[in-house]
Amino acid sequence: MSRIKARFEALKKEGRGALIPYLQAFDPDYETSLELLKAMPAAGADLIEIGVPFSDPSADGPTIQAAALRGLKAGATLGGVLEMVRSFRETDTETPIILMGYLNPIDSYGPAEFCFDAVQAGVDGIIVVDMPTEEADLLDAHARAAGLDIISLVAPTTSRTRLFHVLKDASGFVYYVSITGITGTGSASQAQLEEALPKIREVTDLPVAIGFGISTPEQARTASRIGDAAVVASALIKTMAGTLSDGKATGKTLPAVLEQLMALSAAVRV
Amino acid sequence: MTTPSSSLPNSLRSGPDERGRFGVFGGRFVAETLMPLVLELEEAYRAAQADPAFREELDYYYRDYVGRPSPLWFAKRLTEELGGAKVYLKREELNHTGSHKLNNVMGQILLARRMGKTRIVAETGAGQHGVATATVCALFGLKCVIYMGATDVERQKPNVFRMHLLGAEVKPVTAGAGTLKDAMNEAMRDWVANVADTYFLVGTVAGPHPYPEMVRDFQSIIGTEVKEQIVRAEGRLPDVIVAAIGGGSNAMGIFHPFLDDADVRLIGVEAAGLGLDSGKTAASISRGRSGVLHGNRTYLLQDKHGQIEEAHSISAGLDYPGIGPEHSWLNDIGRAEYVGVTDQEALDAFQLLTRTEGIIPALECAHGLAHVMKIAPEMPKDKIIVLNVSGRGDKDIFTVASHLGVNL
Repeated sequence: MSRIKARFEALKKEGRGALIPYLQAFDPDYETSLELLKAMPAAGADLIEIGVPFSDPSADGPTIQAAALRGLKAGATLGGVLEMVRSFRETDTETPIILMGYLNPIDSYGPAEFCFDAVQAGVDGIIVVDMPTEEADLLDAHARAAGLDIISLVAPTTSRTRLFHVLKDASGFVYYVSITGITGTGSASQAQLEEALPKIREVTDLPVAIGFGISTPEQARTASRIGDAAVVASALIKTMAGTLSDGKATGKTLPAVLEQLMALSAAVRV
Repeated sequence: MTTPSSSLPNSLRSGPDERGRFGVFGGRFVAETLMPLVLELEEAYRAAQADPAFREELDYYYRDYVGRPSPLWFAKRLTEELGGAKVYLKREELNHTGSHKLNNVMGQILLARRMGKTRIVAETGAGQHGVATATVCALFGLKCVIYMGATDVERQKPNVFRMHLLGAEVKPVTAGAGTLKDAMNEAMRDWVANVADTYFLVGTVAGPHPYPEMVRDFQSIIGTEVKEQIVRAEGRLPDVIVAAIGGGSNAMGIFHPFLDDADVRLIGVEAAGLGLDSGKTAASISRGRSGVLHGNRTYLLQDKHGQIEEAHSISAGLDYPGIGPEHSWLNDIGRAEYVGVTDQEALDAFQLLTRTEGIIPALECAHGLAHVMKIAPEMPKDKIIVLNVSGRGDKDIFTVASHLGVNL
């Protein structure tokens, strides 16, 4: 059984949804982001999403754009991100790791090689923001052969007919982009989520994670109950950015992010 | 619009396929949030294509508002100066707003109106597309937001002021190097955040399908006119067609109607910046490789890890690390040739055309002319070259002045 499946089944038995924190790889440097990654499970991360820095993150808001830029400045490459996951897996073999990024670095790495190397490194799933279902054949077969879940995105603009199309071969979990917008810019209301989720569940039995615009513990709790997981990204990165001095990590960086993560994870456990 | 011959199975004009691809290039690489909109746009465009009233309306605006057809001018003094092939100039700089950009914008704004959209967003580099977009928004009373790199806002002040006068909101983009690529990212972010009422009016033959096809179709009026005009003037088709390429819309527009005329050489001129091997270039085909950005697969300037590199050119309109996917395909199948011209060569050409023909060209098309200056003298006098003069150079006089050491 895949780590993603095992984790969601275990949480189901616990009777709660998951908290999925996000960090940008190499932000603000390799060591700090690796240390943060390693500390996240103990602080309450059920699954972890790692952003792969890209020069042109056209679906991301200012917070994640800045994080990507810091990551690139610190020398981030897709290979370097896999190295980071490999290092994480030396001490944690259970927490699912999902990479989130854009297609071009993967295309440049080589789709087949990437899927193989990612699984070898210990990656469980990938979210490729600019690869809709219509273009997914670039990775599908390679991912399947390697045992890597391609996480499907659905959005408020995805019609019912299209949901069937998008989720036809979905695996791992479904990522619901809960607002029409870029990351970290707005939030869906509880009522909007309550209206959207049943429509998705009608089409798939996979767990549904809700992301985009979730920043407070209350929002995380709500999303983890209406869906099966809450993704928190920009809010954590904003906290990290606030601790940096001249773009460099300080003694406050890890404690601040982890404290916020603990508050979020406490909320999904109540 | 595509002509009937473009649907012939053996035609090079039949692309893209149903996935929006020209060979391996093109496609629809957008976030799921935008995917339904891209599909809706394609549907709306097909409906418009099938509606004779749409074409009639477009023809009306082309004639009475844009000022088409644009003349094909025999550049006698330039030809004498170069001492070889006859050089004709397709005068797209005479269109309303001073460039070929309005051809596309006119078509898309009519489509946006058919789709009931009330807010228009667009990206712009040199500002020509931004001005054209702001112009039609003024014409139809639509809200208009233009994203422009902060660097470009600085070096294209006259166009920024024009857009303001036309009632558009110009949003400077500080991300990255503050040029066209960053403006494109920001326009896409705006579109994703305002899907209900907003139409993204792409200015070049790039982006997710159907944009490359649609923009090409609207710009193909250029080549269609050239075909008639050159036959009238010379009784035959030209030997060579030359056009400058940033994203590639003016080149695609003049090339496309000639794709099946195998004897007509098609040459796209990319901005080599400080030189093709200087590391400061915008020559995506000459120095890039296949990748995915801004909704399509195409040749891109990128590092070995797939991070997009900043382009460089003296011309803000060519300062883009990618190129329309159909050009990438035409390059790979060998139907069109792509060459590079440096900033300095373009500056020299800019001055030559101004002196010999009394036409101040945009720095973009000065790149095309610089290549004509290289090939025309080597060709016999009975050969014919057509250069697309895609825009006028008034907007560039400050840049040119500063390079010539003149303080305006």
